[in-house]
Amino acid sequence: MVTFHFELVSPEKLSFSGEVDQVDVPGAEGDFGVLAGHAPLIALIRPGIMTVYSGGEQTRLVVLGGFAEVGPDGLTVLADVVTSLEDLDRAALKAQIASMEERVKTIEQGSLLDREIARLDHFKALDTHLQGTAMH
Amino acid sequence: MASLKDMRVRLASTKATQKITKAMQMVAASKLRRAQAAAEAARPYAERMEKVLGNIASTVADINSAPKLLAGTGQDQVHLLVVCTAERGLCGAFNSSIVRLARERINALAAAGKTFNILCVGRKGADQLRRQYSAQIIEVVELRVKTLGFEHAEQVSNKLIALYEKGEFDVATLFFSRFKSVISQVPTALQIIPPVFEAASEGAPSAVYEYEPDELDILTELLPRNIAVQVFRALLENAASEQGARMSAMDNATRNAGEMIRKQTITYNRTRQAMITKELIEIISGAEAL
Repeated sequence: MVTFHFELVSPEKLSFSGEVDQVDVPGAEGDFGVLAGHAPLIALIRPGIMTVYSGGEQTRLVVLGGFAEVGPDGLTVLADVVTSLEDLDRAALKAQIASMEERVKTIEQGSLLDREIARLDHFKALDTHLQGTAMH
Repeated sequence: MASLKDMRVRLASTKATQKITKAMQMVAASKLRRAQAAAEAARPYAERMEKVLGNIASTVADINSAPKLLAGTGQDQVHLLVVCTAERGLCGAFNSSIVRLARERINALAAAGKTFNILCVGRKGADQLRRQYSAQIIEVVELRVKTLGFEHAEQVSNKLIALYEKGEFDVATLFFSRFKSVISQVPTALQIIPPVFEAASEGAPSAVYEYEPDELDILTELLPRNIAVQVFRALLENAASEQGARMSAMDNATRNAGEMIRKQTITYNRTRQAMITKELIEIISGAEAL
């Protein structure tokens, strides 16, 4: 299989850099898979699960928003926070959802509110998804 | 001439000072290692971010329809200087050299008839600038934290963006010290609003990107984030530079203290011997006189 270069960076560190077969990215307007030779694309990422396929292995990572750039030299994901699925602190996620719910109540009507609500929904979706995978 | 006791006290105090500077040097050395690793780990993100943003900026068809954070306000009358320094002193010329660079810029701006405001991050820079420009300092952000997180940078950048959206300034420049090595930290001025891109990919055909959702949405997300990232990077570079500067300053201080101890010990011993000789002469001549 043709591989391509994939880099995953968060503000604190370069989390991953190497050749991979396929990456499934949770885009803001729906998940999309990236294979070698993908057309140049810049997409927003919503909080969700990213799957990296490399040499027959799958790695699942939780990203809390960011950007993905597909360019001539591969895929670069600029993520806000990256944690592997096993390391994710479910309690911390729940606490964050709770604090966001509180904040949404205090924000006045406007585009900021819309954005916060959309963000909250993504977090909730992620949480339900995790609940589902945990039960399997 | 000082008495023997005075000299002993003085020698002891020099030795105590040397112990302190030595300890500070070792603390700085261990902190430096951590700060340097953090600064180096943050570089890839900032570099990629710059590249992505540069790519988008070069493909934006109509610069005037772009968000103000990218295009600027179209004038450069009011400048904001974000001066990032340390919270603590005793680190050689670290704080002063950043302040000096900022002051040079202030003088240049004043000569050109521009207005300027100052936002200080770190107490030491604020202390130095307050003497001359207390009217222009709009805020002092103190970062008394153990480990610098991205949220601290976001806090600063949110303030910047809020001020910018209120139309309080046209151009923002970040002053910090770039960490080159333990003995070399370069004070740097970096314009962050509106961002300046190196025209590197001029010759290379830049790919035409697809945007998802669309260009404007991505830019409105990306630009504030870029500012936070640049501030974060500056703070990390600063933290590493500060420890590096402190380490070499304390290394110098320890060496100077060692030199002083050597000299003081020699004078002390000479005086002591002279005293003993004098006493002996007194005793012997006393005995001879009998």
